[in-house]
Amino acid sequence: MKTRLANLRQVPPTALFGIVIVILYIVLAILTPALTPYSQREIVGGAFLPWTSAHPLGTDSLGRDMLTRLLYGGRNTLGIAFVTTILAFAIGMAAGLVAVTVGGWLEPILSRIVDMLMSIPQLIFKLFLLSIFGTSIPTLILVIAVLDSTRVFRLTRAAASSIAVMDYVEAARLRGEGPWWLMTREILPNITAPLIAEFGLRFCFVFLAIAALSFLGLGIQPPLADWGSMVRENATLITFGDITPLIPAAAIAVLTISVNFIVDWMLHKSTGLKE
Amino acid sequence: MNPILILIAKRLGLGLLTLWFVSFGVFFAIEALPGDTAEAILGQSATPETVAALRKELHLNQPALLRYWNWQIAVLTGDFGTSLSNGRPVSELIGTRLGNTMFLAGMAALISVPLALCLGLLAALWRNSLFDRLINAVTLTSISMPEFFIGYVLIFAFAIRAGILPPMSAISPTMGLPDRIVFTILPALTLTLVVVAHMMRMTRASLVNLLSLPYVEMARLKGAREMRVILFHVLPNALGPIVTVIALNLAYLITGVVVVEVVFVYPGLGQLLVDSVSSRDLPVVQVSCMIFASAYILLNLTADVIAIVSDPRQLHRT
Repeated sequence: MKTRLANLRQVPPTALFGIVIVILYIVLAILTPALTPYSQREIVGGAFLPWTSAHPLGTDSLGRDMLTRLLYGGRNTLGIAFVTTILAFAIGMAAGLVAVTVGGWLEPILSRIVDMLMSIPQLIFKLFLLSIFGTSIPTLILVIAVLDSTRVFRLTRAAASSIAVMDYVEAARLRGEGPWWLMTREILPNITAPLIAEFGLRFCFVFLAIAALSFLGLGIQPPLADWGSMVRENATLITFGDITPLIPAAAIAVLTISVNFIVDWMLHKSTGLKE
Repeated sequence: MNPILILIAKRLGLGLLTLWFVSFGVFFAIEALPGDTAEAILGQSATPETVAALRKELHLNQPALLRYWNWQIAVLTGDFGTSLSNGRPVSELIGTRLGNTMFLAGMAALISVPLALCLGLLAALWRNSLFDRLINAVTLTSISMPEFFIGYVLIFAFAIRAGILPPMSAISPTMGLPDRIVFTILPALTLTLVVVAHMMRMTRASLVNLLSLPYVEMARLKGAREMRVILFHVLPNALGPIVTVIALNLAYLITGVVVVEVVFVYPGLGQLLVDSVSSRDLPVVQVSCMIFASAYILLNLTADVIAIVSDPRQLHRT
């Protein structure tokens, strides 16, 4: 029997890097208010101040401390992306499991709706819905969660339908268990592995979608800080040869790459075990 | 009748149905908003009488279904209505911008498709070599990056530091082709980096899959060189999936174009869509969404049809 430490040593360096980065991001997001003396809305000096010891990354277009906004931006974007992903999974998994266990006329209808929703370009669809319902954080979360739940639905349905035909599910059905029991006790425990990997990927896509929408000025609204709109607001600095606006963009890239590394490793491991 | 034709007709029908549903959704989602176009045009200071008069002029007093029918006919005949924010016909706003967007997407496709095919072929040829692993790591990284990060890094490197290309795509309709290309290179390159990774990985994957089949072993045993095996034995069979992936990625280009256009201030349809969403100029939003959605659905449809036509085995699957 191997110890936990020995298991850790088997983790490939890319996945290890990913795990370290993700933990770092989470810790920074939680500790943000304690790490910086300023608030994310506070104007602390002139616009576009250079890097100094008081403002390690200078100030932004309105004279707010860039490092503070970077930290809060991470906290806001990560938090919203996490809530959105959870919601997308709640909707997608519930619909997928119901479609498989209850079945009947419900399954083809749900599948057709999902096909239809998925055949429309996602970013355009989100822009359209946000232009109708307005850009507040609850609508942002709801719109992205509903549209992204379609992929979760497909995965859940595909994974669950291969489990639902197993003998032990049939046995549970015959001994009179209700659909709730079948979903939560018989099917769900057997499809967690693909769902967890999908959670990581989905989180990346949701995070990128929020960043892109905020970059376009239609996601998280000012004065709240977030990485997408920080890039847009301070983009003029790039034309003067200053890389500060690239830092939030790089922060997004590093996080999504890290999560991808972890998911890649998990997928390899889970398929490796099957062989 | 030929089963292939039936299958294609089915897909075409489904695609058209989707398109029709989209137009229905686009029209009635805006219907469901509180207030209507007349109030939006006149603003808050309007009297009920002037609102009623304008409603009549815009035919807003007709039933919604009838207006949907008229709108549908108008859009099909190229009459897209007028913009709320500046009163100009939407078709006039969209005309040149649609051309610009097509030019950008087309240029990105011209660079990315041959590049992705070559890289994928080489990665399959030298699989598990250093080159293969390097390409794999680089593409995995570029897939995970937001478009605007790639765009700004390219601006920083090529326009600011090296100073060889313009940082903004200030394109005007009177510009000659060489100038246009110079102004479009950076946005096209950004889009290329976004889509090339996926296309290249799929090309490699479909080639590698086929390489393990017995007929490839046979070709090798009779003494064919690796290059010949890949080009003449494997590639023809992999063409179907590869062309499908290309069509899917071109569809992805259509949405990727929105963010990239904003980064480079490129005067295209994506920029127009984002501007009109911020100003809630709904007629323009409706039409640009319809254009993007139709292009996307049509390309996906093309991918489906090519997949069916290129692989006779598809016929026996149903």
